[in-house]
Amino acid sequence: MKYQTQKIAYWYFLAAMILFAVQVTGGLIAGWIYVSPNFLSELLPFNIVRMLHTNSLIVWLLLGFFGAAYFLVPEEAEREIYSPKLAYLQLIILLLGTAGVVVTYVFNLFEGNWLLGKEGREFIEQPVWVKLGILVAALIFLFNITMTVLQGRKTAITNVLLLGLWGLSLLWLFAFYNPANLALDKMFWWYIVHLWVEGTWELVMASILAYLLLKLTGVDREIIEKWLYIIVATALFSGILGTGHHYYWIGLPGYWQWIGSVFSSLEVIPFFAMMSFSFVMVWKGKRDHPNKAALLWALGAATVAFFGAGVWGFLHTLHGVNYYTHGTQITAAHGHLAFYGAYVAVNLAIFTYAFPILTNRDPYNQVLNMVSFWLMTGGMAFMTFVLTFAGTVQTHMQRVLGENFMDIQEGLNLFYLMRWGSGLCVVVGAILFIYAQLAPRKEIIASGTTESEGA
Amino acid sequence: MSDQTSVLDELPGDLMIWVLIVSELLVFGAGLLAFLGMRAMDPVGFAADQAQLNRVAGAANTIVLVTSGYCAARAVQSARHMRLWLTGAIVFGVVFLIVKWLEYAEKARLGIGIETSDFFTFYYLLTGFHALHVVAGLAIFGLLMRWHTPRNLEAGTAFWHMVDLIWILLFPIIYLVH
Repeated sequence: MKYQTQKIAYWYFLAAMILFAVQVTGGLIAGWIYVSPNFLSELLPFNIVRMLHTNSLIVWLLLGFFGAAYFLVPEEAEREIYSPKLAYLQLIILLLGTAGVVVTYVFNLFEGNWLLGKEGREFIEQPVWVKLGILVAALIFLFNITMTVLQGRKTAITNVLLLGLWGLSLLWLFAFYNPANLALDKMFWWYIVHLWVEGTWELVMASILAYLLLKLTGVDREIIEKWLYIIVATALFSGILGTGHHYYWIGLPGYWQWIGSVFSSLEVIPFFAMMSFSFVMVWKGKRDHPNKAALLWALGAATVAFFGAGVWGFLHTLHGVNYYTHGTQITAAHGHLAFYGAYVAVNLAIFTYAFPILTNRDPYNQVLNMVSFWLMTGGMAFMTFVLTFAGTVQTHMQRVLGENFMDIQEGLNLFYLMRWGSGLCVVVGAILFIYAQLAPRKEIIASGTTESEGA
Repeated sequence: MSDQTSVLDELPGDLMIWVLIVSELLVFGAGLLAFLGMRAMDPVGFAADQAQLNRVAGAANTIVLVTSGYCAARAVQSARHMRLWLTGAIVFGVVFLIVKWLEYAEKARLGIGIETSDFFTFYYLLTGFHALHVVAGLAIFGLLMRWHTPRNLEAGTAFWHMVDLIWILLFPIIYLVH
């Protein structure tokens, strides 16, 4: 650890991993409710489990991004974080808010209260006080990181990271605007999560990936930066209007079908560029970095993001297709692989890279970590295939033949059972990953021996 | 590193402007392909709507925009009369927008809007997006008047030629081809 304040990242990553465990457990429960719909129906109804599953995902990914910023900005800017105290205050606010959200959701406290009760809008159900807390935390973060960068060296990586983080924080402001008109409500609502995942988060992902590849492959910064700028340009070009693929379905004029279809089709490009970028850098790279697991995660993130966000997104983005598939299990298939590949895996990559450095060790538990990668990635891939098949059957039976929703759901039970199995695989992988980070052991395979023998 | 000097470094202007140009061509290309696809499904309706377009205005605008592109190209070449040529490019660009505005006004008088038919949805989306790029190009020329390094001039003119090129594709496909 070159800079003392990088240690802040440790606590962010730790909190993120705890929420990661909560998230996948929630997913496992929700997946079982699909198989056996009355499971926990009194104690923990499906809608609550789903909120926990999606909300904790978003929060832990954000905690990971914040942590990644605290980890990599000191090295890039070549100076300590402006105020470690503020960074910890920010973390405490976020964790208090998260705890508040969980308690409010599970026990349905303060129903209807404008400040304390949960708000109804999907994914932004958080009570107003938590929303305000997130805003304050984001402002603290922006102040802290911006001050650090302004006083230090400015690199393409920090510029892009800051652009992404400023963008995502400002977009959060739409959480406070809730017009009575339902179409307008939905439109502004999409500005948050959708302009995150199809815009600002892609910038964060690209800059974290660029940082990791810079460190792991030893390729010249100049080349890394050129790629980074191309990725950012294509991401913003396609992503902002690409979110238009939703607008027609929530009540905006018909021409949005075409704008959305054309621009969102191009959203494949930045993801393809990120994948090519990663592999080309490794191919060009001169350095044989000891942290093989981090490299596996970085390459895995770029690859699975291309398939999950790029290919599976394109699969149903054209409006002629989406007319039939909107909101079926096809959407669930895309959502799972895209979030896993793009944002979960890139977070786990930076955790894997950072933990040995933050604890002043050589890379450890790499084999276990890589096993967890294949368990999670394999499980997620299988889940995606299963849900895609389920969605195809559902689309045809329900949307084309016009059969009853619930009748078809029953017919999909076999798919849901297999989905649950693949989910179990992911949960086991997640537990192994967390264990591999937190319980350093002696490496099973001595470093540097296998490769020379193989060659 | 010497092996890193690729063809990309030989592009005039800035690499990023070429990323933008390729992206724009993809968008308009996809839009035109979609237009042609929709026309294949309803040739009669599309022909009837197309007959309502003002071809003379479209042809005049083609000449205007290409002339503007010529001025911009001369501005890159001639350091001495750079501002003069750039002004010429801007003036023709403005003329293009005025003609476009008159066309839109004429359509509005006839009660034709973006939701009138599939043909007019594409007409307004494609020509409207293109007109917005003309506005952007004029803004870039405005900036070039002040910050006119050779590299900037090349980048701005490359953008303007892209706007030209797109119009040369749009005009025959939307206005002329039956």
